[in-house]
Amino acid sequence: MARALVNVPRNARRGEVIEIKALISHPMETGYRHDENGQAIPREIINRFVCTYNGAEIFRADLFPAIAANPFLSFFTVATESGVIALQWTGDDGQTQVEMANITVE
Amino acid sequence: MDERNTIDDATRRRFLAGAGAVAAGSVLAPLVCVRAARATPASMAAAIRDVIGEARVQEGRVKLDLPPIVENGNTVSVTVSVESPMTATDHVKSIFLFNEKNPQPNIANFHLTPRAGKARVATRIRLADSQQVVAIAQLSDGSFWSASVDVIVTIAACVENL
Repeated sequence: MARALVNVPRNARRGEVIEIKALISHPMETGYRHDENGQAIPREIINRFVCTYNGAEIFRADLFPAIAANPFLSFFTVATESGVIALQWTGDDGQTQVEMANITVE
Repeated sequence: MDERNTIDDATRRRFLAGAGAVAAGSVLAPLVCVRAARATPASMAAAIRDVIGEARVQEGRVKLDLPPIVENGNTVSVTVSVESPMTATDHVKSIFLFNEKNPQPNIANFHLTPRAGKARVATRIRLADSQQVVAIAQLSDGSFWSASVDVIVTIAACVENL
């Protein structure tokens, strides 16, 4: 779908509050613009983002056309256990993209 | 000759006035993209009602960080943080972002859990005009808290034109 950048600390202490940053390349076409022939450009945005930590949802976002192109999100979570943090973006067309990051918690 | 000059002067003056207006318009054009439909403070209020229902929104506990003057409305950094211990019994459930004058009043809804540890979310948004941005947080006890910031946008996000 697109190129994504995910920033999750590789190691963390148990109980530490860590920041997760996610950036994905996407035009976030608003549906309010017209091309040079006056034709409306159809809306095509990422409308949903979900982050899970070893399968449990820790953060979710509903996005609207007011989110800038190449949507960036930053949020926090408590490092509870070693495992996989998965980030999933869903577009208007139903396509999804998943990125995974491993974290080691001591 | 004199009379003709007077007429010419008047025409010239009108022409210059018109040209001036056009010039001013072309300077402003990149700043003010012409838009057909856009959200209004009333539609923002309606969008907020959709989220909170009849509940009362109190000012405070929410901190909305936005630059007061934005040079480029196409990408504006926003950080929302809420004072909360983020425990199972007392945490932020959701954070909603609204705007007054983009084509749509909604910007984003964020849903948090006690596992967040810290109720802080950052993103980048589009602003089509100078306007007020509102953040509303819903806490686990059902209460709503808000913060708002007035932003001046010098180059608006051209959401409707290429």
